Amino acid sequence: MSKLSGLGGRLYRGETSIDFIGKRRRWYALSGLVIIISAIALGTSGLKLGIEFKGGASFIVSKSGGTIAEAQSAIKAAGITGETIVQKIGSNKISIQTGALSNADSNALQTQLAQSFAVDINTIDTTSIGPSWGKEITHKALYGLFGFIIVVMLYLALAFEPKMAIAAIVAVIHDVFITVGIYALVGFDVTPATVIGFLTILGYSLYDTVVVFDKVRENTRSVTSVGKVTYSEAANLAVNQTLVRSFNTSLIALLPVASILFVGAGLLGAGTLKDLSLALFVGLATGTYSSIFVATPILAQLREREPGMKALTKRVQARSGLTNRDASQSPTEAAPVNVLGEAVDTKANYQRGPRNQPKRKRR
Amino acid sequence: MSAINPKSAKPTGHPGRTVAILAIALVAFSALAILQGATSFKLGLDLRGGTSVTLQPRATAGGKITSAAIDQAVSIIRQRVNSLGVAESEVSAQGTGVNRQIVISVPGATGRRIVDLVGQTAELRFRQVLVEGAAAATSASTDTKTAASLPTGVTPALNAQYAALDCSNVKNRQGGGGDDPSAPLVTCNRAGTSKYILAPAEVLGSDVSKATAAIDQQGGSGWYVLLNFNGNGTSKFGAMTTRVTKLATPQNQAAIVLDGLVVSAPRINEAIVSGSAQITGNFTQTDATDLANVLKYGALPLAFDRGEVQQISPTLGADQLRAGLLAGAIGLILVVLYSLLYYRGLGLVSIGSLAVAGAITVLSFLLLGKWIGFTLTLAGIAGAIVSIGITADSFVVYFERLRDEVREGRSLRTAVETGWARARRTILVADFVSLIASILLYFFAVGSVRGFAFTLGLTTVVDLVVVFFFTKPLVSVISRIGFYAQGSTWSGFSQKSLGVSPSKISDSINGFNGKEA
Repeated sequence: MSKLSGLGGRLYRGETSIDFIGKRRRWYALSGLVIIISAIALGTSGLKLGIEFKGGASFIVSKSGGTIAEAQSAIKAAGITGETIVQKIGSNKISIQTGALSNADSNALQTQLAQSFAVDINTIDTTSIGPSWGKEITHKALYGLFGFIIVVMLYLALAFEPKMAIAAIVAVIHDVFITVGIYALVGFDVTPATVIGFLTILGYSLYDTVVVFDKVRENTRSVTSVGKVTYSEAANLAVNQTLVRSFNTSLIALLPVASILFVGAGLLGAGTLKDLSLALFVGLATGTYSSIFVATPILAQLREREPGMKALTKRVQARSGLTNRDASQSPTEAAPVNVLGEAVDTKANYQRGPRNQPKRKRR
Repeated sequence: MSAINPKSAKPTGHPGRTVAILAIALVAFSALAILQGATSFKLGLDLRGGTSVTLQPRATAGGKITSAAIDQAVSIIRQRVNSLGVAESEVSAQGTGVNRQIVISVPGATGRRIVDLVGQTAELRFRQVLVEGAAAATSASTDTKTAASLPTGVTPALNAQYAALDCSNVKNRQGGGGDDPSAPLVTCNRAGTSKYILAPAEVLGSDVSKATAAIDQQGGSGWYVLLNFNGNGTSKFGAMTTRVTKLATPQNQAAIVLDGLVVSAPRINEAIVSGSAQITGNFTQTDATDLANVLKYGALPLAFDRGEVQQISPTLGADQLRAGLLAGAIGLILVVLYSLLYYRGLGLVSIGSLAVAGAITVLSFLLLGKWIGFTLTLAGIAGAIVSIGITADSFVVYFERLRDEVREGRSLRTAVETGWARARRTILVADFVSLIASILLYFFAVGSVRGFAFTLGLTTVVDLVVVFFFTKPLVSVISRIGFYAQGSTWSGFSQKSLGVSPSKISDSINGFNGKEA
């Protein structure tokens, strides 16, 4: 652990630096590839919607030693036609999923199940969703998804400078695509709980982006007036400086989610807990990735196109061509010494960091 | 979003006082909770077992969906549910205007009885039988007589519809009501053994003044429902029975039609002018009682589809509650362990803050349960667990800031303030994003997952309170304690854990700037 926090110090001063922004093509290519795979998966196998969306009924019979064959004979006896899925959950539960059933059919099946398994009819856990209700839930979920994304975008546009907002929005859309793709690819069930978990994680992924962008903003505030580092270098330092924080916040957020997933999937089998935490888990991972590898590089790229920033980059390049980087006579070289100094102007941060950054990969 | 000048960050005076005020508030609210008797959580049906039914109004030929009709339906369904006498049953309309659904939740293992009881429209009609026949569909040629020989009131179109109807198929026996009382009706009986062509209704459910379940001891016909008509109903029923007694079978039968299906179609041997009638039909006591209750409180003004039905047994409820608590405990332990391992002494602040946040959250659940009927569901518990991480994240944001400031060479006491000035902004923006997210989720969420959004929003507010009134003042206090201020090994501020090694420091001073570190 202390090694990790020691790493935090080195990242902070820019002694250890990972070039997130310079190697952006690599990250873009990776994200692009995953998005293409997602799109293919979505196009070919599509999302596996839960009964809440398409309508249907689910029955869970708790009976140790109950068999799938018993359930199937009950289904037959009740005269239920159409596709049914019978599964064993754990050692003592049998789950039966059918298409949408009328109340009479549903009652008949419950009676048959109670008979066939010799259990009290009131111990059968039932969920039944009518087809029109399923449609309504689907509409609501879609409205929710789009409404949420629009409001979040508006907020970002107001809270950040325009280019930061664009970068954050690209990251959010990136997360949506990848998460949906993973669900299509793996074939996880999509239920209302999944959608809610997913929307929550969009919010959380923004939290991460907010933290990184706050530091970027601070580091780049006077970048043009000082003229020693480019915008990209200053932004890259910001990502590195917040790396430990991003890692810690994501890990700490992930720990409870993982425990819900573990308990939900392990002890309860299917259900709200599993759906919710699985979406959170997948979303948290892509969200953290995108705020570091997608949002900041895009922001840097957008800002570097500005004439002022282009000029700055030229100036910095010209400078580094003229001066010997390790020469200690450079006045800014004194900055790291000040790590111990009593009062350092915080604006000096980026001055020592980025200069040491790209060349000194000592680790 | 104004920039924060670190120099303007003054030490917020009296950190001890702030913590004391928070402590007093906590004690006061705890006392309030005890005084108001809010000492246990209100658990949702998914945690203690029960049945919930969501009914969607269905547009029928009979009438349009209006807001008033939905309100009326809610009160009728509430009376029906209350007739069961199960404590803490709830009936409410959710949504807005005519797009509302009626949500019924009843705790305990009442299961299917509730589902049948609340969903019935209970449109009762007395119709004269015109044609009666066996259940199966018949080919038109054998059944269709020439127009001249059809009984009065039966058109060739009705006859064709009758011929095609197969009552042995359960799909044709869904009922549901919504039939036009002033038009003839082609339908089955409930058991699916006969089919009928019925004349327009002559007596309606609204003409019934009283309905009771009774048992026929002598006749052996078992449980039946006794109906008493009001004045209007008595005269109409009297007229109907007087007229049909003179007719030949099957036209001398009066069909009792409930929600579009024939319950029974007794032959009327003599005019009934007493103003009462019996519905028989192999009822159990429960069947008869429920039917009497349904008829007593009147028909619903609308037909409803069962949108969602959930029956959770108390066993599953207990399992889910246990799983939720277990997940919470594991999550909390993991976060505490990580905080301690990574932040050492500072981790204690984080644990203390989590404890305070936990206490405030539990108090809010208890008090909100009392004040606004907040119920804790499985999704709500999940929201609370997820919020452990999000709450701890605010501490991480502050602590990392604090350590950055110390790395820059500030003394801990100064760093506490400058770091706070910057972390505060980030925490506010980030919590605001969470808050927007949870408010939106609350409004977009359907049914049980709403609880998730609610707890998430609530705990975000709790997080803000804790960070501002507990964590920050506490850090100010400990920054004056030697253990932390001098950067002891286990304080979380040691040079080693900050990544500033003493040897490197001397190197830096000598101008070697950590080259060989």
